[in-house]
Amino acid sequence: MELSEHIKTANVEDVTLRRPFHPALRGTLCVTSHHLLFSDRKDEASWQLLILLRNIDAIEKRTMGSSGTITIKCKDLLVLQLEIPGMEECLNIASSIEALSALESVTETYPFFYRPSHLNLHGPWGLSSTEQYYKQTERLWDRWRVSTVNSDFSVCPSYPRAVIVPREVDDEKLVQSARFRQGGRFPVLSYCHLRNGMVIMRSSQPLTGANRKRCKEDELLLQAVIDGSELGYIIDLRSAQQAQQARMTGGGFESKSCYSYWKRIHRHHERGKVLQESLIKLVEACSDPSHSVDRWLSKLENSKWLSHVHSALSTAGLVVECVERDGHSVLVHGSEGTDSTLLVSSLAQLILDPASRTLTGFLCLLERDWIQAGHPFQQRCAHSAFSHARLKQECPSFLLLLDCVWQVWRQFPLALEFSEALLLRLAQEVYASNYGTFLCNNEQERCAAGVKENTHCLFQSLLSPNIEEQYLNPLYEPTDLAIWPSVHPQSLQLWTGLFLRWTEYAQNMEEAREEMWSIMKEHREKAGPDRTNKTPSTHCDTLTPFENLMDELTIL
Amino acid sequence: MEHIRMPKVENVRLVDRSLSRRTQVGTLYLTATHTIFVGKGSEDRNELWVLHSLVCNVVKHKASQSGYPLLIYCKNFQVIQFIIPQESDCHDVYISLSRLSRPEKYEELYCFSFNPNADKAERELSWDFLDLKAEYSRMGLPNKLWHVTPINREYRVCDTYPSDLFVPKSVTLPVIVGSSKFRSRGRFPTLSYYCKENHATICRSSQPLSGFSARCLEDEQMLQAIMKSNPGSRFMYVVDTRPKLNAMANRAAGKGYENEDNYCNIKFQFIGIENIHVMRNSQQNLIEVSALRSPSMREFLLGLENSDWLRHIKSIMEAGIFISKAVAEEGVSVLVHCSDGWDRTAQVCSVASVLLDPYYRTLKGLMVLIEKDWVSFGHKFSHRCGHLDGEAKEVSPVMDQFLECVWQLMDQFPCSFEYNEKFLISIHNHIYSCHYGNFICNSQKERKDLCIKEKTHSIWPHLWENKMDFMNPLFKPDQGLLRPSTAPFCFKYWRSLYNRFDRELHPRQSELDCLMAVKEETQQLEEELALYEQKLAVLDKERAKTLYMQKGVLDSKQTLWSFPLDASLVNTPQDYIGGLIGAAPNVFSSQQGERESLFGDKPKCPDADNSDQESGVADFSSHSSGEESLPSEDSVKDPDSDETGLNRA
Repeated sequence: MELSEHIKTANVEDVTLRRPFHPALRGTLCVTSHHLLFSDRKDEASWQLLILLRNIDAIEKRTMGSSGTITIKCKDLLVLQLEIPGMEECLNIASSIEALSALESVTETYPFFYRPSHLNLHGPWGLSSTEQYYKQTERLWDRWRVSTVNSDFSVCPSYPRAVIVPREVDDEKLVQSARFRQGGRFPVLSYCHLRNGMVIMRSSQPLTGANRKRCKEDELLLQAVIDGSELGYIIDLRSAQQAQQARMTGGGFESKSCYSYWKRIHRHHERGKVLQESLIKLVEACSDPSHSVDRWLSKLENSKWLSHVHSALSTAGLVVECVERDGHSVLVHGSEGTDSTLLVSSLAQLILDPASRTLTGFLCLLERDWIQAGHPFQQRCAHSAFSHARLKQECPSFLLLLDCVWQVWRQFPLALEFSEALLLRLAQEVYASNYGTFLCNNEQERCAAGVKENTHCLFQSLLSPNIEEQYLNPLYEPTDLAIWPSVHPQSLQLWTGLFLRWTEYAQNMEEAREEMWSIMKEHREKAGPDRTNKTPSTHCDTLTPFENLMDELTIL
Repeated sequence: MEHIRMPKVENVRLVDRSLSRRTQVGTLYLTATHTIFVGKGSEDRNELWVLHSLVCNVVKHKASQSGYPLLIYCKNFQVIQFIIPQESDCHDVYISLSRLSRPEKYEELYCFSFNPNADKAERELSWDFLDLKAEYSRMGLPNKLWHVTPINREYRVCDTYPSDLFVPKSVTLPVIVGSSKFRSRGRFPTLSYYCKENHATICRSSQPLSGFSARCLEDEQMLQAIMKSNPGSRFMYVVDTRPKLNAMANRAAGKGYENEDNYCNIKFQFIGIENIHVMRNSQQNLIEVSALRSPSMREFLLGLENSDWLRHIKSIMEAGIFISKAVAEEGVSVLVHCSDGWDRTAQVCSVASVLLDPYYRTLKGLMVLIEKDWVSFGHKFSHRCGHLDGEAKEVSPVMDQFLECVWQLMDQFPCSFEYNEKFLISIHNHIYSCHYGNFICNSQKERKDLCIKEKTHSIWPHLWENKMDFMNPLFKPDQGLLRPSTAPFCFKYWRSLYNRFDRELHPRQSELDCLMAVKEETQQLEEELALYEQKLAVLDKERAKTLYMQKGVLDSKQTLWSFPLDASLVNTPQDYIGGLIGAAPNVFSSQQGERESLFGDKPKCPDADNSDQESGVADFSSHSSGEESLPSEDSVKDPDSDETGLNRA
């Protein structure tokens, strides 16, 4: 079926558009295969609103007499109302939106049709790869190697073709280890700390099952990671009880007797449905400004979102402490190793590694540790906070990461090269995009669909010279130190920029941001180009690690 | 002095409350004015100074292995924990501090002994820094409708009001007297704010003594006159800031609220702000939440909710918004009162003023506003802040709430305020510290009787001198009426105040300081540029002269501008020109160096902070550098008084 067959009414005149904090507008509404286009009727300086149909999370239609109202709730949390004269037109438009916003086939989605004149499809796609990371990281060359055992995706369907593993472990052992891990996600290297050579590994849970199965190769692989140093830490992102229970369904954990060099720490993290429901509750709480303060606070608490932010940041801090302060390598996993595992390992890198705090570095981190590492974006981001559809695989893990990064930025406003605007843009793009970057669930699917050949890369476009500037932090001043965020509830805040994005509150913040830019620009003009990289003030008394985490380490 | 049982205790441990395992051993001194802890290792920074007047509570805890813990809770939300080796010493310190922190007479307060080398003239000058007369004339008063009444010159009509009060010209003295007799404590309706643009006013008073049916003709005439003094309007609002139930209960005691039937053209409105007792308990609960050591998110948010604090802040804000809109948008005058007209009334009038008038969003403006609406109109600072040992039920964070409302507005409008939150925190600190005389006593009359202006100093010039620390780099002046959102998520927990001394909870880098430094540097560069342009202008003149002299030799078609610079200078006799050109690059680089060192030398220099952290004295630096960022702190030592304190000890 052609996409256009879903469109019974393509054009409606005299439609009224209502947006928060703007006067109502009248104009023409068009539906195309991928967009909803509203244009103001005024001839001069006509104003247009273009919404990607993919961005629409849910609609509500109400008919009154001969006209109807469609409420459009977008995945980027914007809510719009369209008043459409003519009941039939209204129903037609609503059914077109419903059908076209939930296209099943990846190759029918807009990124496969988006062809802006300034970009061309030929040339390299993406910013980084396993091989490049290996090449750049000299510290790895001695003891680590790039394995292409997964080059046809047969060992682990959700891993990229190339992964970094200990040099002394051959591909055959990797295959065996993969068989012992859920979804074949055997332990691979995610990050190597330049200062001391310690690494962050990630994997899925071992399939020990009720009979306490063992896998010699898996044990050898982890032993090779440690290589002589006294011990490593396994951060299991489930409670000890959950990990025990997982054995009943074939999963499990690394037992002390089999992995004697590894100490296991359990940290409970919510996943899947619970996180998705948390997001839904939070957005609902934010959408009603008429609540009393009490009701708001209990709704905020009840959503648990900030608790999830809290635990993600604390566990990331724990990982950083193991690596940076205690000088031990870490293996992170939960059960599938595709959600909280990636969240924790990438956050830890942001805290540890100055390179991942630059704009390019951060995008590379996302590319390696989320996209190539097989976070199932398509499943997780099928719907955002408004959908009434039954939840399937939706889960805002990536949004949670962005929120945590925002918290780090609030506490270290000079330490990140990128700005909140980048985080907001990513929060939007991950749900609905012109670009192919967040399409599909893993590299294998991307290859099958020809994503790299037929779509443009978001990250490359963000780095193009004229666009890049709006995503830079004007106050950026690099620091080589680890930036340990405070995880006290008093220090964590609601990400107003995202969750209150469409309120008047956000508009005042925008004004402040502009003022900040103009101060920095004026300074740059006066100071001349040779001095621009030297922002005068530095306030990075950064190295206060979490004592409370240490307590738990020593309890083990 | 006689209250100090134990001037000095050795081997006391100061516990860092955030990282509970870290302690610092040192000596504890009690002086007449301060508790001083000097850490061993004799570095300058290892000192902690706490003013007795800031101490709100002293608590002994159960003995631990290392000794006897003593906790000192301060009114600026600092909590200090000492461990004292001997039980008897601990008890002595406890008894001494308990007495020292609860002075019985005004004369015992720190402001009477604080004397920073100032002579009489200087002190008087400090009190002249703010002039309320000038403030009223800034508003456009007196004018043909409003004038100062002399009726309260001797504080005879109302002893809690200031001597100079603005009333409508049309009211006669008997009307004022009559009205004052019909109002609690004689606090008759008088002007607080006048809007030049539309003649609408905010007036304030206490509740009428109406009981169930009493009337007062003069009071009715008074309100009528206020309404009439706003020629454009046909009615006025009377806002009772109490919950309706409370106001009704007051009728039984012969007090109450205005009956709309008796007063011509008033619209009566209740705005339910709770009383001082509710607010005191609410803040107590909030403080407990803020002091939780690593609570869960749930504990924190539920604790915040159960404290009801933000709900109260919202109700005050809403009252302010109602009044500011009535004045600015409807052009209608408002009379505000609560029971006595010195707590909620002061809050609401001043919040409305901040919303209405951009002047109050400047440093000087906020000082003036506090001096006018709070100090002069008889907010009972000494009772509310517990300056003296007395009725605990009189203590209430009324002023805290006003400052917090301003902070909430600053959070919503980051570009609208000239000052930053450090200014508010500093004011908060000094309201309780009794370091300066401004916030001593409960009324203007009491202050006059106590000769506050002759015996103490004013805080305002001191804050003004440090204004660079209080500036908001994002400030864009002149933005009329503020229309804040009262959506619940706009009311936030004020971490920088309540967790002020828990350094680990705050952002590790400051956007504000960075922007401020950048702005300063930009300004410096601008000045330099102007200097160079000036020199260049001189240079050009000289060159023109030279050119004129050399005219015969040179190609006359050549313009002045395209003329090769050094060629024209080669033969110039003037020293400074040659010198300048020759030295130009050097001048530049040396200035650059100067600038760098300038940033390097700043007291808030990051490296200093860093090294501090890494050396073992982080416990102290956390206090002392907290002080440093707020140079106006009391606990920061003042050379004179400190030394006397130490000597005495």
